[in-house]
Amino acid sequence: MKNFLKKLVESAGWARIIIGLFLLLLFIIAPFVQVRLDTSIQDVLVRVGMNGVLVLAMVPMIRSGCGLNFGLPVGIIAGLLGALVAVEMNLTGLTAIFTAILISLPIAVLLGFSYAQIINRVKGSEMMIATYIGFSSVALMCIGWMILPFSHPTMVWGFTGQGLRTTISVADAFQDVISNILSFQIGDFFYFPTGMLIFFGLACYFVHLFFKSKTGIAMTAVGKNPSFARSSSVNIDRMRTLSVIFSTALGAIGIIIYQQSFGFIQLYMGPFFMAFPAIAAVLLGGASLKNATITHVIVGTFLFQGVITMAPSVINSMMQSDLSEIIRIILSNGMIIYALTRKEVYKR
Amino acid sequence: MKRKEPLLRLDNVGKEFFGNKVLDKVNFSVAEGEIVGLVGENGAGKSTIMNILFGSSVISSTGGYEGKVYLHGSEVSFANPFEALEAGLGMVHQEFSLIPGFTAAENIVLNRETTQYNFMVELFGDRLSDLDREDMILRACKATTRLGINIPPDTLVSDMSVGQKQFTEIAREIENADTKLLLLDEPTAVLTESEARTLMDSLRRLSPQGLGIIFISHRLREIKELCDRVVVLRDGLVISDVPTAETEIEQIAEWMVGRKVGRTAVRKKDISQESVLLNIKDLWVDMPGETLKGLDLDVYEGEILGVGGLAGQGKLALANGLMGIFPARGEVEYNGKPFPLCDTAKAIDGGLALISEDRRGLGLLLDEELHLNIAFTALQSKGLFLKKYLCGLLTQLDFQETIRRANEFIESLNIKCTGPRQRVIELSGGNQQKVCLAKAFVCEPKLLFASEPTRGIDVGAKKMVLDVLRKYNEEYNTTIIMTSSELEELRSICDRIAIVSEGKVAGILPPDAKAKEFGLLMS
Repeated sequence: MKNFLKKLVESAGWARIIIGLFLLLLFIIAPFVQVRLDTSIQDVLVRVGMNGVLVLAMVPMIRSGCGLNFGLPVGIIAGLLGALVAVEMNLTGLTAIFTAILISLPIAVLLGFSYAQIINRVKGSEMMIATYIGFSSVALMCIGWMILPFSHPTMVWGFTGQGLRTTISVADAFQDVISNILSFQIGDFFYFPTGMLIFFGLACYFVHLFFKSKTGIAMTAVGKNPSFARSSSVNIDRMRTLSVIFSTALGAIGIIIYQQSFGFIQLYMGPFFMAFPAIAAVLLGGASLKNATITHVIVGTFLFQGVITMAPSVINSMMQSDLSEIIRIILSNGMIIYALTRKEVYKR
Repeated sequence: MKRKEPLLRLDNVGKEFFGNKVLDKVNFSVAEGEIVGLVGENGAGKSTIMNILFGSSVISSTGGYEGKVYLHGSEVSFANPFEALEAGLGMVHQEFSLIPGFTAAENIVLNRETTQYNFMVELFGDRLSDLDREDMILRACKATTRLGINIPPDTLVSDMSVGQKQFTEIAREIENADTKLLLLDEPTAVLTESEARTLMDSLRRLSPQGLGIIFISHRLREIKELCDRVVVLRDGLVISDVPTAETEIEQIAEWMVGRKVGRTAVRKKDISQESVLLNIKDLWVDMPGETLKGLDLDVYEGEILGVGGLAGQGKLALANGLMGIFPARGEVEYNGKPFPLCDTAKAIDGGLALISEDRRGLGLLLDEELHLNIAFTALQSKGLFLKKYLCGLLTQLDFQETIRRANEFIESLNIKCTGPRQRVIELSGGNQQKVCLAKAFVCEPKLLFASEPTRGIDVGAKKMVLDVLRKYNEEYNTTIIMTSSELEELRSICDRIAIVSEGKVAGILPPDAKAKEFGLLMS
């Protein structure tokens, strides 16, 4: 038993065990402070499905040694464009979703390629540059949203008929169409978003398969030891470019899944801080700057979204005040700082 | 008459690095005003002696050393270089440690500047007192005059020639009035012949002033000319300690490289000199610290060609240049066809494989499992170990196959590990090297480069690695180009040995040539 516990701690890591116990504690306290347990579980599951693919978008770039994808907004912008076009075309249901994804992918590839060109020129400080690429792309698109020729009445400003609104509802277009596949309701307060979780699972499986292919293994090697990869005739810059494109494309798909559950397309400053929760989640899952696996993504998303959903509601009920935003910011940024200072210890 | 206690005396000094004995019962002494030459091959233990004397942290962090060091008859043991400096040791390193933006005078008196009082001292202490530049320049001039050279004290170090930099460093050490013993680690390596001559003249001028000097050099002629005594190290042992007047350069060379020959039988294999596998003409390789400058070499099919020479002469650049790791230029014919340089993919396709001297950097994915390390190169360049799905649209790593091959190698090469899924970083150096061998063998190379295949591994593993290379050559008729700093190792398995010096082939000798012939080609 003692050995088993020791092994568990070793393989899971203290951070995850502590957060896991904290999450468990929150679930236990919840009923005592008039927070409904079933609603809480539902919220956590929905949020895991919503954010999962965005967290997954961290994996390719980490594996290829480009660091954390602080430039996630680049992918998100591609996804937003896809979704906007789908709404503009008056599409509904699954057709709308898949059209949105299909349109966003080539945009993501294009944007990802240019993003990668910059990343490959700043080896060693990718993350700092990526942060600025993310921020400045959001700023640039603030102008873009104003002047792009969209005209669907639900999307543009009512008084001028031009320029996109900050928040656009997708209730008529594709809200919950993926979540609702095979979904079920238990009682009045519990809804299980089967389709969205299946989609997340499939995306994870696809990424897993990719990293077992020749290209995927080469990408991992580039991240772990570029000179090793080069001496085995792997083109380092090509692999890094591919990984950035892959991450950007996953970001685009991720935001579309997010929107269909959230019910709104958020433009302008919406994508600005989207990268941080995703980064915090994958780090919390046990990823480091050099290594990230699918397990890290799944565990991290669950723990992070769990804590971030539960902590504010439970603590607010206990303290009779609204601290939710503060707790969220402390948690997500705290996780990032923790992970950046961490070093892996090898035993020999 | 009672013998005077020497300036420095080493008494049974020994040192181990991770169970690897690099110095064993070293005894020698330096008298006041004496110049002692310290020679030996790379890895013979010269730098370790320097590090022990100078209190380098490499020593204390790896468990200290055995034996005693006496300075003026009293035992000393320096915990850090500052203590060594204080006790009167001056060290001039191979690499310059000067501040490029400062003048000669400023560098020479650095941290020992003449200072003047000002009122800030009352507030913030001595570190804020003014510099007395005139006196500093005066002191610097005195030091350079003592060396017998002329460096304008206001020259910026960044504007100096290599020789001037070297002199500035030495001037800095002797300017310190307390310096009694000067350690010079290959001071002439970067100098031209005339500069080296000036340096030796200055050193000769210093010794009558009572300064003891330990002079390390690969140029045996300098040792013979300059030093009063020569101490020859080999494999951490003092082989001889004689006055230079009583010996010859050839004798020193033989002491340096020659072990008891005949330990391993020199092999005899008939190599047809007609089938040239690799024809290299005028090869230049830009590898930092190991430049090749116009090397010409023919490699015959099926032979094991040894490439020897001292560090920094370019022997390592041959393999790295041909494999496209470092930029190269020249005319190379492989199998009678022109061979593209700077193209790793084509090189591996053509049947070349590299066991890199930089095992942990270039050779292995330390973080990954053993079987993946073995399979990686073959997977990437030859598409082996892949399973195809959906008519080849989707390919996946054939896990079972990599594990199976890894298990084969674990058995045949006797790799000590918990299994094919252990991470390589957890293995010892020798076993990591065996993984590198396996990685190369999986590619089934026609021409195998083995660069320093025995560096940093213990004696048992060394023999194993050499035996495996030889066996592989005999079984598959693979041509092997083996680079090593250890001549004896080359002599034990190679058919011919090329000595690389100053970026060119200095000569090719059969393995049973006399040790002193090799020594002469090297220096």
